[in-house]
Amino acid sequence: MVQVEKLLTQHNDVEGSHTIDVYRSLGGYKALEKALAMTPESIVDEVKKSNLRGRGGAGFPTGMKWSFMPKAPTFPDGRPKPKYLVCNADEGEPGTFKDRLLMTKHPHMLIEGMIVAAHAIGASRGFIYIRGEFVFETKRVEDAIVEARKMGLLGTKVSGTDWSFDLVVYRGAGAYICGEETALLNSLEGKRGEPRLKPPFPAMVGAFGMPTCVNNVETFCAVPTIINDGAAKFASVGTERSGGTRLFCVSGEIEKPGVYELPINVNLNDLIAHCGGVLGGKKLKAVIPGGASAPMLSAAETDVAMDFDSLAKAGTMAGSGGVIVISEDTCIVEVAARLLKFYEHESCGQCSQCREGSHWLARMFHRIEIGQGTEADLNAIAGICSNMAGQTICAFSDAVTGPALSSVRKFRHEFEEHVRLKRCPCKPEGHVPKHDHHASATL
Amino acid sequence: MIIDQEISRKMDALREHLPTEQSLLLPLLHEMQAKAGWISVEAIKEAAAYLKLPPARVQEVVSFYTMYNRKPVGQKHVQVCTNVACFLRGADKLVEGLEKRLGIHCGQTTADGKYTLNEVECLAACGTAPVMQINDDYYENLSDSVLKDIMDKLDRELSHGPS
Ligand SMILES: Cc1cc2nc3c(=O)[nH]c(=O)nc-3n(C[C@H](O)[C@H](O)[C@H](O)COP(=O)(O)O)c2cc1C
Ligand code: FES
Repeated sequence: MVQVEKLLTQHNDVEGSHTIDVYRSLGGYKALEKALAMTPESIVDEVKKSNLRGRGGAGFPTGMKWSFMPKAPTFPDGRPKPKYLVCNADEGEPGTFKDRLLMTKHPHMLIEGMIVAAHAIGASRGFIYIRGEFVFETKRVEDAIVEARKMGLLGTKVSGTDWSFDLVVYRGAGAYICGEETALLNSLEGKRGEPRLKPPFPAMVGAFGMPTCVNNVETFCAVPTIINDGAAKFASVGTERSGGTRLFCVSGEIEKPGVYELPINVNLNDLIAHCGGVLGGKKLKAVIPGGASAPMLSAAETDVAMDFDSLAKAGTMAGSGGVIVISEDTCIVEVAARLLKFYEHESCGQCSQCREGSHWLARMFHRIEIGQGTEADLNAIAGICSNMAGQTICAFSDAVTGPALSSVRKFRHEFEEHVRLKRCPCKPEGHVPKHDHHASATL
Repeated sequence: MIIDQEISRKMDALREHLPTEQSLLLPLLHEMQAKAGWISVEAIKEAAAYLKLPPARVQEVVSFYTMYNRKPVGQKHVQVCTNVACFLRGADKLVEGLEKRLGIHCGQTTADGKYTLNEVECLAACGTAPVMQINDDYYENLSDSVLKDIMDKLDRELSHGPS
């Protein structure tokens, strides 16, 4: 049995939860009131004490990230430099769909979290970068911003203080890489979403050249509860190094897919059971525990806590909280091939290792899946991956190697069978792959 | 000319919130595409002139992002997610069904200009897979019969106008 403790989504089913009136009637914007009476330093301290770690993928401690922001940056001529706050609502990691829920049901929680964060780091502007496909969610958040502005919670003199802060929504246009924070910043500037070399880090040179702090939607949404109920309560859930609940997105071959808010260190087996088990009562084959980029776990490896450190110890990652369940009836080679095709399509192309590597890997996995692969292909995969991970401007190429290496290492027999039989053993003999995924044109 | 008074007004409103003129580019292209359906070479030149950017700056942005259509699309742009979670829930069968029904392959537009069909990557709705997006709207928890109802309804709408 998993312990169900909701700190963010307890009001999911309340009618009109997205409106400011209902949000306030449920205690919304009390954290802002409280935070405005606190010093920025004490807000940062409180968030540090909560052990909140970023929910976007890397799990970076949020309070520490905020403390990296320069206190009073200036231009060379002495004028003060503005500081910016950015919300990453690109939600592109396959298997992840929690930010969509938060923006649909609780846009004011996001806005409140952002205003508190902005106060803590001294930002004057905030940008919410939402993936372009989210037309409905964009409207939701924009409407909520208008409501908050009307109530004097955004704009000049926030809540009657002499500090001004306003928010704007910026729509992406269909590029997974724009979820990577420096690519996002370029995109926000109206450019190609190509990641930037770090350093300089966004805290020094971020959006439009200004010191910038980037956090995920869920990270911001955790801020009001931390301020309202205290860091101690948040930190009492989870582990010593990773506090609170997390919104797990469970999908694939599972009886009850959906978003589940549970303690961040819930055991993966319990999580699967909580979601009704594998679809149709089938046996489990594998789980991708943290979004497409997280190395797969085999069924023998699922007795593991889902927090960042435990999953890292298990050789994978907690990533974005996207848990994709795969049953024994599914061909792992096909799953891996599908993922690699995704990465091939989404590589921004700046770094040759990533551009070429993701292309080769996609071809190889496809070839193996349709029965045209060789033993040499299988043996080449690890070498290609070692030339990608850690060799490029951003972590995208590391992400590519997640499914590539884990699938071959843990399910090598399935790959070998494809090579030996010269066809996919999961398909009837004589099966012609209907979809050549590489042939499908994009506009 | 695609940029009309309404688009101009929207850009003026955004200008207050965005520190540089170039950052208006993505929103401007979204608005232009919403009106014209796609981004032509002329549209690129128009956007460039409007934001005082070299056309190459605009072109490189248009070609980077998959949502900007560089060819005209049908009145209904059907985009089916075939990424892993949707694949595990039968997305390929839906694509096959749509190809058969519309008589086109992915990446193509029907001769009457009504439908364009495409596969897309994860739409961040994996919990309600399989999923597709048609123009601005998501359709989730798809099955053969749900898909048929949706397409029948769109067919009627396209021949008689929205009910
Ligand atoms: C290839 C790639 C894709 C990413 N996609 C997302 C995304 O869609 N959403 C997100 O919040 N973070 C994403 N990230 C992580 C961001 O770079 C960044 O770490 C995060 O937004 C920071 O917020 P947090 O500290 O609140 O987690 C991605 C990173 C990489 C390398
Ligand atoms: S895989 Fe289809 S919506 Fe995520």
